[in-house]
Amino acid sequence: MPAVIEVRHLHKAYGADVAVDDVSFSVERGEIFGVLGPNGAGKTTTVECVEGLRTPDRGEIRVLGLDPRRERAELTQRLGVQLQDGRLPDRLTVGEALRLYASFYRRPADPLALADALGLSGELRTPYAALSGGRQQRLSIALALVGNPEVAVLDELTTGLDPQARRDTWDLIRQVQARGVTIVLVTHFMAEAERLCDRVAVIDGGRVVALDTPAALAERVQGGQTVRFRPSVPFADSLLTGLPEVTGLTRQGDAVAVTGTGDALAAVTAVLARHGIVAERLRLEQADLEDAFVALTGGPRSARTPDDDRGSRTGSDHESRSGPGPGPGRGSSPDPGPGPVPPPGPGREPQSDRDRVSRSVHPAPAPTPAPSPASE
Amino acid sequence: MSATSAFPRRGSALGRLTRTELRLFVREKAGPAFAIGLPLALLTVFGTIPYYRRHEVGGTPLLDLYVPILCAFVLATLAFNWLPAVLAGYREKGVLRRLRTTPVGPARVLAAQLLVALATAAVAVTALLLVARLAFGVPLPRQPYGYAAALVLAALALMAIGLFVAAAAPHGRAANAVGATLFYVMMFFAGLFLPIAAMPPLLRHISRAAPLGAAAQALTDAAGGRWPHPLQLITLAGYAVAFCAGAIRLFRWE
Repeated sequence: MPAVIEVRHLHKAYGADVAVDDVSFSVERGEIFGVLGPNGAGKTTTVECVEGLRTPDRGEIRVLGLDPRRERAELTQRLGVQLQDGRLPDRLTVGEALRLYASFYRRPADPLALADALGLSGELRTPYAALSGGRQQRLSIALALVGNPEVAVLDELTTGLDPQARRDTWDLIRQVQARGVTIVLVTHFMAEAERLCDRVAVIDGGRVVALDTPAALAERVQGGQTVRFRPSVPFADSLLTGLPEVTGLTRQGDAVAVTGTGDALAAVTAVLARHGIVAERLRLEQADLEDAFVALTGGPRSARTPDDDRGSRTGSDHESRSGPGPGPGRGSSPDPGPGPVPPPGPGREPQSDRDRVSRSVHPAPAPTPAPSPASE
Repeated sequence: MSATSAFPRRGSALGRLTRTELRLFVREKAGPAFAIGLPLALLTVFGTIPYYRRHEVGGTPLLDLYVPILCAFVLATLAFNWLPAVLAGYREKGVLRRLRTTPVGPARVLAAQLLVALATAAVAVTALLLVARLAFGVPLPRQPYGYAAALVLAALALMAIGLFVAAAAPHGRAANAVGATLFYVMMFFAGLFLPIAAMPPLLRHISRAAPLGAAAQALTDAAGGRWPHPLQLITLAGYAVAFCAGAIRLFRWE
């Protein structure tokens, strides 16, 4: 089956300012495809070319086999779009907006059923301006879907939403995918890409710097995990560095950080137990998409504001990275837990000094990072 | 989730868009107040001042001369004060940008606004003529077909200029400022402050070439029972075509 979206060597400049240098990727039917990158990386320009809102300077784009510029009329019937900054008239009600947009399409969805599915049926008479940010976003998603599109492009879906609204929106997107809609998700939130996307294209400086599953991207950065603890009694480095699973050991005061492969935790705890050493405050850190992103794009720059981190990494957001999820089409992402381990990235430093909240798993009888049960 | 099943579509996109815009226009309240309420209020003020009913210019009571001018006022306020503000506001807020990603094209977006303006104008003009006739004894237009033709052409000409302002203005504030300025200049040449018949010859000539002046003159002629002078109708049609073409050429979604 041909790809739903095919982008080849896209180049777009505004005067001397090159927004997109050379971007190529393809999106398969039914997947959630993430376009991830720092602000100004060229994400929005790329998807605007896909939507036919902008004309590329060079390169080729096919969406559902159509040329987004020359076959625009047909494309708009089959491609749903949620814009980063598209608003509605203040006094337009939810119901009016849905019925209005439904009238634009050949085979629209039932506006009332859609409102119901998106939890908007109680607000059909509410004017747009009176909706909360989360509700406006919901309506925006509903309008992107009201034409029964085969593909939906969602740009900065959860920007400005509080954590709960963000999580609700994520659930919603999974439901949309379950209906068979192919989704392109533009975002600069790591957690969002990590949770939702089957595959992610990381764009930086107008180029695709990586394209893979979120889990594979994370593993590419750092071969495995970092085990941190405070030993109850001193021990020699060689006790652990001799283990095949361990690649490095650093000390900071009386804290020890051991880096190693996916099996490092089991090996380290076993050895410590044999020598009667209690590992106090044991924590396990695993590389995640954010680490990959930072490594790939050369730093957080403007992409990660403190607010982003708070929004996506607090409270119940702390669960270990989901392995093969329950949804369809997600089984392909490799489980970050024990298993075949790729070689450590060349010359990557263990990110021991990064000042951020890290994922942690408390020592459990079995050192498997078990995902906590669904938190909602 | 049963929303994926095809849903029978009711009404065309243009019909739905026009009805929706009409509702928003009514909900906004300022639009109907200025386009329908204000001309009626002015008519009532003029009508209750005895001077306007007794004083005659060229054998016609002053009040009778003012009715066509108030009709021109309706068209002008819709075309210059309302239309550019709505479209420029939509562009600034991203409403047009959002519409652009749908199968609805610019022609239908503009047409819906035009239809709302025309419908409002029809209501306002009908109300003006009826109130003038019933409350103040101003005779209905003696050449109704000529009056209607002049009204439609004038509406198209002014709306085209309004659309052009909306399309050409860099942002909403500029559109409002240009629209308001045009409104007063146009209303002057339409004879709001001084009826055309009472103007000195040079001003009268300029008035007849200005869109709203031509409109007021054509309406006045038809009210008096004469077919409007073809030159005025051609002038109006010329404005309509030229500015409509310019507006479509300059139209920007964002």
